[in-house]
Amino acid sequence: MSQPFRLPAGGLIDRTRTIRFVFAGRAYHGHVGDTLASALLANGIHFVARSFKYHRPRGIVSAGPEEPNALVQLGLGPHEEPNARATTVELYDGLVAAPVNAWPSLRFDVGAATGLAAPLLVPGFYYKTFKGPLWRPLFEPLIRRMAGLGTAPTEPDGDRYERMNAHCDVLVVGAGPAGLEAALEAARTGARVVIACDAPLLGGTLVDRAERAEWLANAVAELSASKDVRILVRTTIFGYYDDNYLCGVERAASGEPGPRERLWKIRAGRVVLATGAHERPLVFADNDRPGIMLASAARAYIHRFGVAPGRRAVVFANNDDGLSVERDLAAAGVEVAAVLDLRDGEAVVATEGRRRLRRVETASGRRIDCDLLVVSGGWNPAVHLFCQAGGTLRWDDRLAAFLPDRARQKLEIVGAAAGEGLSPPGNALSVPPRRRRAKCFVDYQTDTTADDIALAAQEGMRSVEHMKRYTTAGLGTDQGKTGNVAAFVLLAAARGVSPAETGTTTFRPPYTPVTFGAIAGRDVGALADPVRTTPLHDEHVAAGAVFEDVGQWKRPRYYPRAGEDMEAAVARECRAVRESLGMLDASTLGKIVLQGPDVGSFLDRIYTGRMSTLAVGRCRYGIMCRDDGMVFDDGVVARLDKERWLVSTTTGNAASVLDWFEEWLQTEWTELDVSCTSVTEHWAVVTFAGPRAPALFPELGDMRPMRVVETTLDGIPARIATVSFTGGPSFEVSVPAPYAEALWRAGLAAGAVPFGTEAMHVLRAEMGYFMVGQETDGSTTPLDLGLERLVAWDKEFLGRRSLRRPAHALSGRRQLVGLKPVAPVIEGAQIEPGPGHVTSSYRTAVLAMVANGRARIGEEVNVLFEGRRVAARIVEPRFASPGSAPVPGPPLNVTMPQMAATPMASVRAAPEALERLLGLRPETPNSVAEGDGFRILWLGPDEFLIVGEADLSGTRNVDVTFNREILHIADRGILAKGCGLDLDPRAFPPGRCAQTLLARAQVILEARPEEMLVYVRRSYARYLQDWLADAARR
Amino acid sequence: MRYSFLTLAREALSGHRGWRPLWRDAAPRGRYEVVIVGAGGHGLATAYYLARNHGITDVAVLEKGWLGGGNTARNTTIVRSNYLWDESAALYEHSLKLWEGLAEELDFNLMFSQRGVLNLAHNLHDVREGRRRVEANRRNGIDAEWLGPAEVKKLCPPIDVSPTARYPVLGATLQRRGGVARHDAVAWGYARAADARGVDIVENCEVTGFRIEAGRVRGVETTRGYIAANRVGLVAAGHSSVLAALAGFRLPIQSHPLQALVSEPLKPVLPCVVMSNAVHVYVSQSDKGELVIGAGIDAYNSYAQRGAFHVIESQMGALLELFPTFSRLKMMRSWGGIVDVCPDASPIIGKTPIENLFINCGWGTGGFKATPGSGWVFAHLLATGEPHPLAAPFALERFSTGVLVDEHGAAAVAH
Repeated sequence: MSQPFRLPAGGLIDRTRTIRFVFAGRAYHGHVGDTLASALLANGIHFVARSFKYHRPRGIVSAGPEEPNALVQLGLGPHEEPNARATTVELYDGLVAAPVNAWPSLRFDVGAATGLAAPLLVPGFYYKTFKGPLWRPLFEPLIRRMAGLGTAPTEPDGDRYERMNAHCDVLVVGAGPAGLEAALEAARTGARVVIACDAPLLGGTLVDRAERAEWLANAVAELSASKDVRILVRTTIFGYYDDNYLCGVERAASGEPGPRERLWKIRAGRVVLATGAHERPLVFADNDRPGIMLASAARAYIHRFGVAPGRRAVVFANNDDGLSVERDLAAAGVEVAAVLDLRDGEAVVATEGRRRLRRVETASGRRIDCDLLVVSGGWNPAVHLFCQAGGTLRWDDRLAAFLPDRARQKLEIVGAAAGEGLSPPGNALSVPPRRRRAKCFVDYQTDTTADDIALAAQEGMRSVEHMKRYTTAGLGTDQGKTGNVAAFVLLAAARGVSPAETGTTTFRPPYTPVTFGAIAGRDVGALADPVRTTPLHDEHVAAGAVFEDVGQWKRPRYYPRAGEDMEAAVARECRAVRESLGMLDASTLGKIVLQGPDVGSFLDRIYTGRMSTLAVGRCRYGIMCRDDGMVFDDGVVARLDKERWLVSTTTGNAASVLDWFEEWLQTEWTELDVSCTSVTEHWAVVTFAGPRAPALFPELGDMRPMRVVETTLDGIPARIATVSFTGGPSFEVSVPAPYAEALWRAGLAAGAVPFGTEAMHVLRAEMGYFMVGQETDGSTTPLDLGLERLVAWDKEFLGRRSLRRPAHALSGRRQLVGLKPVAPVIEGAQIEPGPGHVTSSYRTAVLAMVANGRARIGEEVNVLFEGRRVAARIVEPRFASPGSAPVPGPPLNVTMPQMAATPMASVRAAPEALERLLGLRPETPNSVAEGDGFRILWLGPDEFLIVGEADLSGTRNVDVTFNREILHIADRGILAKGCGLDLDPRAFPPGRCAQTLLARAQVILEARPEEMLVYVRRSYARYLQDWLADAARR
Repeated sequence: MRYSFLTLAREALSGHRGWRPLWRDAAPRGRYEVVIVGAGGHGLATAYYLARNHGITDVAVLEKGWLGGGNTARNTTIVRSNYLWDESAALYEHSLKLWEGLAEELDFNLMFSQRGVLNLAHNLHDVREGRRRVEANRRNGIDAEWLGPAEVKKLCPPIDVSPTARYPVLGATLQRRGGVARHDAVAWGYARAADARGVDIVENCEVTGFRIEAGRVRGVETTRGYIAANRVGLVAAGHSSVLAALAGFRLPIQSHPLQALVSEPLKPVLPCVVMSNAVHVYVSQSDKGELVIGAGIDAYNSYAQRGAFHVIESQMGALLELFPTFSRLKMMRSWGGIVDVCPDASPIIGKTPIENLFINCGWGTGGFKATPGSGWVFAHLLATGEPHPLAAPFALERFSTGVLVDEHGAAAVAH
């Protein structure tokens, strides 16, 4: 129980609660309210670490996030954390910590042997040696083992993390006196205020110095009582990005249930940086022994934690504030043996004590026994966030520090961070050592000394950036918070210039290290990326489908029956399609409705082929190229009406194609009157393929290929197109998503065999049909695919000019062919003579892209892979010729379920026109108008979503009832975990709507008086529900 | 002074007073045979090979800031040559071969570490592309292997290869000769070697204009005065289009921010380089112990060397998808560079519309690995006025002829 250095009274610890912890294998006691560092000091432990390079014993230097030395491996198993700073780790019962970078133990560390070689280990020594063949096998592994601090955990993280968005008028960073005053002032104006403070308690230096306790208590009480003030303690604002967007991380108090850390993403109207200042050590001989501590730290340990940092102290400082720590020490009962003011020429010139300071020697020759040396070299304003925000600095000779100069964003910097109230130091930050070999550390963590910086300058590292990189000063986990300025000053001195000229290195986020898990939030594990599913997903799961990932979609690859492997299942599925009837869930293909008088000419410009001549009720296959002439996507265009068309895209490119359309319509071809609406999820699509397919639809049995009809199935709207990707008869049936299951089951009842993407690929390869992304690779033109007949040269289209470039007339381009190898070959195999490669390889069909392939049909070639060589003949890319003769079979007998759904329609109109037709319109974009039985959401310049029953005749509209699901959310706080918009009811009142991102899904939000409505694309609904459930749980 | 353990020991005895600057703080002279604009790795390598291969030492390398402070200082240091197309494979493999002897040649330990580069496949498309790349690389004499998930796990134990992952690892390509190098050392090593052969490296000297007469470049205007030159080479990465505009021509280049970050230093945990296209992240561990992590570019064009935080958020999700045990590690420092991306993701090395003005740019997200090869072929161009055979396919004209070298697919994670 003994905590020999615990003061009898004082501090903000809870002395009634004693807790046990283990450090370096030994058990100790501390109190609730301690940090690991304060508890160790209470037990008389200063020596807690070994340094990075020389493995020198190191002690606790600071009491905050700037700590360079006291890094520990914290926790065990799923709770292990490397490189935790003992000065910010709050003590909890059962805490286990071990030093990093010491083996076998802190006291006896073999790494300390490097100290013997110290004269060789100057900056850059590793650039000058180990250059030969022994580098990789010998020296590099040795250096890698020596370097690094903590150890990466080997178990998955046992904790979870949260993300939260917040908006405020004023964000105050730092809760010392300046920050509290700024927060009070802002709160009194009624502004929305967030005040963030990295300590567990508000007050900053007021706590550390036990000053103005009553004022502090009143300030905290007033802020806590203010409705619009959010107080975030244990929260470090670590990044200041553009447009007053700041990120912070909030750590849970130990034992608190819920997430371990919460990432705050804060958008602030105005920012007040009250980030304080970091005290810096002085640079003198052997200034790194355990027992040497900053004056600010000594104060904090006395006043905040009730710990005496030593028994007999020497104070050594170059400023009044630092020297005044004498009074705090004396009041705490620490004997002050000497007070040395560097400005008077008094200085420590040597220190002694292997694992703990024992004695110091002064410039005047005094040798003073002590176990504590309190130092202060003045203060560095914490300008990190100010600089991240683009602010510039100026060197101030009086404070010997870099101060904020010009701000770039809407911010103020106040208090010590602006240099206010700091005690001016004498100019010297360093003291020449008495012995030549003694080390004067500038950056403790990276073991950079004053000599190292001089040597870097001598070797031509004149820029601070070069010096930093050459010596590694400032590259530690503390990023040089205590050491950098001294390093810059020493470099300037070595170059004979002012620090104003050398300047500083760049301040980069994060201010202090941030846990990877906190940045990832809940986007891990099952929620790492949305899983998109079709309305038939449950059917596929029940049928035992094996799925493949296609983009974010899960698509059935094949449906193995008992005892079947993939090959057998796929062969069976293919046979069904060729001989009787198969059915495929094709719902994932992109579907875009285009409306307007100019769709035909628009599609002529988009596709290589001509689309404008397509008759109503007809379909046409087309290819679209990027402007470089390379194949981008393919699909079928159907003309449903004079001014209503439907374009289908590949699964993977659905979003890119819509973007592509919009980009051209909105930026280049603004004269065209065309509206695009994605209906991918409104419709589910089942493709019935095989000779029995026509029999399913007796009333359509004579429908010729490439036709489309809009009809009904059991009273439900349906669209049937005779489009085949597998060869042979094929009927593609689209029904609104909720009716897909009934359609699928009717197919099963009619004897259709479900087939997956694998069989589909085999069947299309047998027909010689190319797959975007498989036969094409971004360097393939329609001509390379032998599809010149799909290119209408007599019109303009995207890619036309590129396709006319000389390259495409050159011989040697890879062209699509079939291959007949004598043994199976793999996809990706190379072809000789080439160049060429196998693009698709199945038992029944092999496709390849081969140089001049079209002219080489019949030629014998070799296929090379895995060191083998297989002979093959180049053939026409056609391996099957299924007949089109229908085979009799039962008709499709669909019984559609009864269901009620709120109608939704996308309407494209000018706002005035909409008002004429419907009698009302929303007042502003992103707002909602409520009519009789319907609401109008204004989503885009000419885009509205009508929810409910409304007479839309005469408008350009698309039924999107089933494109999205509507989720009802009462707690806006849950949405704030995944949505960057300001959802405060004052900013987002009932009647507002917006299109935005929620988690990783696109949504429309609509504020209603009692709840928020989230409209989510149907394929993302499961993902978003899982996400919301997870967010609500935590 | 030759660097060696012996010189180090001798200097240690004499208090390290004998070390000389790695390169002189040269003041610009009024005229040079060749002026190179941009003292990054590529520019410095160009200067070195001009001197070494062509005997041209009347050379100045002009740098607007500090040497090696652009993308040379900001990349994730990955070196590999497993490119898909023959033209790229030849160029990057030439570069990789130079890397293999470079530390001894430059007398500077670049910490080149051939620890292997894994490119993971997470879906059937990735598998197909990966296997194609392996076979194509082997045809070009480049070492390449295809690994199954179990072999991936064996080579790199922290990777999660469980089939229940959101995007399970289905396999990977491996180039064992690939690896990482110490990026700053590359700039310093070339600077020192070029300086030793008489090249002037002029820092804090920004080019503000070109003097062009009768379609031929005569020299450059700089913040440190006019410098005449018979030939000028531009090697300015993300700011190439700015320089081209000063010289009066346009480049088909988009400049984007590309961010990277490092973890706190750790004892060895990641034995090789891991890249993933589908999950979109790449990571290696530096000799200092930091995990060096990169991902995709920021979507918007920019010349500011900073990016947006949401890119880092998705990068971290991707990292933890591959390495769940890394969750409690911490991001220590993040930064951005400006990458110059061509429409076909391949570089531009060649002549410009202005006589005797040459350009080397467009390396996009993957220029670091090419540093030696890029310098080698660009020096050839500057010395002879004609492209090196390895560089010929990468001329600016290809955007009008259409003979592109499209490496989007092979670039893996846009890198």
